Amino acid sequence: MMNKQSNTYTIIYIIVLVVVVGAALAFTAMTLRPLQQENADVDKMKQILASVGVVPDDGKVSDEFNKYIVESFVVNAKGQRVDGNAFDVNVEKMSKESDSSKRELPVYVCDLKGERKYILPVYGAGLWGPIWGYVSINSDGTTVYGAYFAHQGETPGLGAEIEKPEFSNQFKGKRLWIDGKFQPIEVVKAGQKPANGADYVDGVSGGTITSKGVGAMLDNCLAPYKTYLETLRTK
Amino acid sequence: MADKINYKQVFFNPFSKNNPVVVQILGICSVLAVTAKLEPAMVMGMSVIAVLAFANVIISLIRNTIPTNIRIIVQLVVVAGLVVIVDQLLKAYAYDVSKQLSVFIGLIITNCILMGRLEAFAMANRPWPAFLDGVGNGIGYALILVIVGFFRELLGSGTLMGFQVVPDSWYAAGYVNNGLMILPPMALIVVACIIWVQRSLNKDLQED
Repeated sequence: MMNKQSNTYTIIYIIVLVVVVGAALAFTAMTLRPLQQENADVDKMKQILASVGVVPDDGKVSDEFNKYIVESFVVNAKGQRVDGNAFDVNVEKMSKESDSSKRELPVYVCDLKGERKYILPVYGAGLWGPIWGYVSINSDGTTVYGAYFAHQGETPGLGAEIEKPEFSNQFKGKRLWIDGKFQPIEVVKAGQKPANGADYVDGVSGGTITSKGVGAMLDNCLAPYKTYLETLRTK
Repeated sequence: MADKINYKQVFFNPFSKNNPVVVQILGICSVLAVTAKLEPAMVMGMSVIAVLAFANVIISLIRNTIPTNIRIIVQLVVVAGLVVIVDQLLKAYAYDVSKQLSVFIGLIITNCILMGRLEAFAMANRPWPAFLDGVGNGIGYALILVIVGFFRELLGSGTLMGFQVVPDSWYAAGYVNNGLMILPPMALIVVACIIWVQRSLNKDLQED
């Protein structure tokens, strides 16, 4: 047998090891990808429905989604419809596009017992990683019907509380337009008020940076919809 | 000792007498990170048991072929590969759990207990005892996570596994959740309390 401490043996050993482990990982990733993609799609549908308070049973998510979401389309910052599939728009990429006229803005139209709700995706940054969510707006283009927030790795018990209904339910009935001026909802420390008179909700105690992230995310992601919401408002 | 290994000791010692967290003081960082709530603490514990058992067996199987000067790299590659596979499997078959644990699964790679057991035990023992050692140490780690998670969630949020256990009447009477418990430093203090209790019960562990 070859000398185990020789350089040749070491190099061959590490090459073989890396190839074997690499192949195992590639195989796992490839075989599991369709399942994972399906899970991710179903999860996205669940999140979209959660913003209007619909919680479908496991296994029925896509049926329920197709039932409630009657239409989905993409608009631009001028409020005009553009080509594209709303479900496939990369909201993360769009939220980082600083020129809002270049953003593709997905809109999901939900028919909830005859009432139209407009669901808009939002995406931003928390303390440790990304946070995102869906905000549903009533057909008046002004008041929020419901909201859903999620995060990747915020601190459990602190910033992670943004995914709890206690936090997201605060958004119900809040207005995006105050006296004809577009002002996305602010997230402030409990007991404080924003200076500009916008509607506000209380942030999570102990989760200041995550709460600020939610506020910034709403600012950044809802502002481009301004013109589109204006058309809803004046319809 | 060298010629005959006591399987029972290999498996049960890490529970208390040689617990990786409270006796060897390893893996403290993840104890801080995942124990604010009981449920992530439990899933994290189970994931570590699985990764540690498999990594121990694999390293033990190839222990005689590993060149000494790159053994740490080899161990790291095996652990990293296993952790990624566990993460992928969770994403495919237990999406909700994987979402909940997110980055913490990846952080198993940096858990010192893994490298510690691979280097100290798997490199020198046959696969079966290595497997027992991996499972035993994993359980020892999970036990501490669960105990710490139990107290932090109970005292910090008044819930267990997300269900409220502190009755509303207590809150009405002026009881307030201890917000300090959900902050990381309290995990250290709870671990210290466990160490204190354990050492006062175990004369062997007391140092002069």
